[in-house]
Amino acid sequence: MKILVAVKQVAALDEDFEIRADGRGIDPDFLIRDLNEWDDFSLEEAVKIKEASATPVEVVAVSVGSEEVDESLRKCLAKGADRALRVWDEAIEGSDSIAIARILAAVAKREAPQMLFAGVQSSDQSFASTGIAAAALLGWPHAAVVTQLTYSPEAKTAVVRRELEGGLLHEVEIQCPAVLTIQLGINTPRYASLRSIKQAAAKPIEVLSLSDVALGAADVGETGSLSRVRRMYVPDKGRAQLIAGDAAQQAARLADIIREFKGTAA
Amino acid sequence: MSGILVIAEQRRGELRPVSLELVGAAQGLRRAGDEVAVAIVSGAPDRFVGPLSVSGVDEIVAVKVAPPEFDPDTFESTVGALIAKRSPDVVLVAHSVDSFGYAAALAARLGLGFATDVFNATRIDGELVATRGGYGQKVNVEVDFPGRTTVLLAIRGNVFKAPEQAARARVSAFEAPALQSRAVGREFIELSAGDDVDMAAAEFILTIGRGIGEEAKVAQFRELADAIGATLGCSRPIADAGWLPKSRQVGQSGKTASACKLYIAMGVSGAIQHLAGMKHVSTIVAVNSDAEASIFGVAKYGIVGDIFEIAEELRRHF
Repeated sequence: MKILVAVKQVAALDEDFEIRADGRGIDPDFLIRDLNEWDDFSLEEAVKIKEASATPVEVVAVSVGSEEVDESLRKCLAKGADRALRVWDEAIEGSDSIAIARILAAVAKREAPQMLFAGVQSSDQSFASTGIAAAALLGWPHAAVVTQLTYSPEAKTAVVRRELEGGLLHEVEIQCPAVLTIQLGINTPRYASLRSIKQAAAKPIEVLSLSDVALGAADVGETGSLSRVRRMYVPDKGRAQLIAGDAAQQAARLADIIREFKGTAA
Repeated sequence: MSGILVIAEQRRGELRPVSLELVGAAQGLRRAGDEVAVAIVSGAPDRFVGPLSVSGVDEIVAVKVAPPEFDPDTFESTVGALIAKRSPDVVLVAHSVDSFGYAAALAARLGLGFATDVFNATRIDGELVATRGGYGQKVNVEVDFPGRTTVLLAIRGNVFKAPEQAARARVSAFEAPALQSRAVGREFIELSAGDDVDMAAAEFILTIGRGIGEEAKVAQFRELADAIGATLGCSRPIADAGWLPKSRQVGQSGKTASACKLYIAMGVSGAIQHLAGMKHVSTIVAVNSDAEASIFGVAKYGIVGDIFEIAEELRRHF
């Protein structure tokens, strides 16, 4: 039994970042990379299932990207993934979330897992679409924004609680294999021990090409995407009026604001 | 290919307000001769005809389906059939938990132009251009959809103005394709049951976020909130860690600070999901040690400093 966990290495912007010369992206020198926060939870959910199972469960982490993504995949290996896969080809550059989903679906066809987990969204681009698009391309049942999962390996169905709005949950029974997008808070992700970090550093990361997953260059990149970035720019933002001074002075002004409010509210 | 198709949302018999905001968003994309049709997919669609009868809607399409509440297979199949039948230029859905469950699947399967969390949509030289945020909302990203005859946009809530004027629209019925869904809805669970706090009714809220660092610090802020007369709220990481009940979480998946007039956010970075629940408040004071935190973008007043020091000093005044 196998669970495939799709992970993304996200990028945050350095303080003094610059937009690329073509105006359609960020100069990569200013990107600070890390494993997507949501993916930490979906990996943990898979590892928890593995640890609770009486029969063997293999947890496989997969990501799409160039060599720098290995750092995030090693994090997954250190936190309990058994194998790590990375798909890359230069033709993948310029892919939107749907083209990435096409690659993940192709990996799932090759790996034939019983479950595919993905984060609800990524912290950098917040598409909230990759996992569910992969489900459609696989033809699998799917549930988005899962905050609780009851599932035993090899079971024909799983029971999930989806997080709606305003503190409301919806419990759904879903046929397996399925794609679930995992929400923050579903579990408490573990920290990797020094020992497991060391062990992960020695494990191989399997690198797959497009042809390894039976895709061609036209399936990915801009031709395989449903949208194209036209322009990126820094918006004019509203900015708070800063309260200056030391902590005592700042707190005194805040106390005034509270008293003003209470005066008008009374 | 013409016209705009809006997919309304309901939850347990109530129209979700974002549905009418989508009608507002549709007006900016309307070209001469374009009609705006709003489809309501529900176990009992007729009850939504009244609430959807607002200016800017030409037609309301009532689609009766078997599951009483949202089901991803049902929505994907039904909205797909509506698109096949009506060939709209543009399909608008809300960027919401429901659309997270089916919009990307539909776009991928039908090859529709697709963008999510869109807060601006316009036509430039006749081509549809959508704007969304990138890199944690630090930049704006304009996307277009070359070669796509139908474009599906998931629109951010609380951005477009809902039409307020009632109007009469044509009402039609649409037969949803027969379908055996692969998931069965069982029950709804209210997480807030058990805590009597009503964040939506609170006029003065003190919210704590990840910046408090550890559970032991919660007590200090609870005491401060009591002293200054504020309701204590939190951002997602605090509720996820179990340091405060979920009923005190402000944001998209938590509560909206609907009645709030003064909102003090301490150690809250300002993720877009949190801002969705509070950015409308008239007086927001943000206290954060990171001068670059997004929360300062929506705050009226900002204090860059140590939240514990500020909290301690503030306590002396009350």
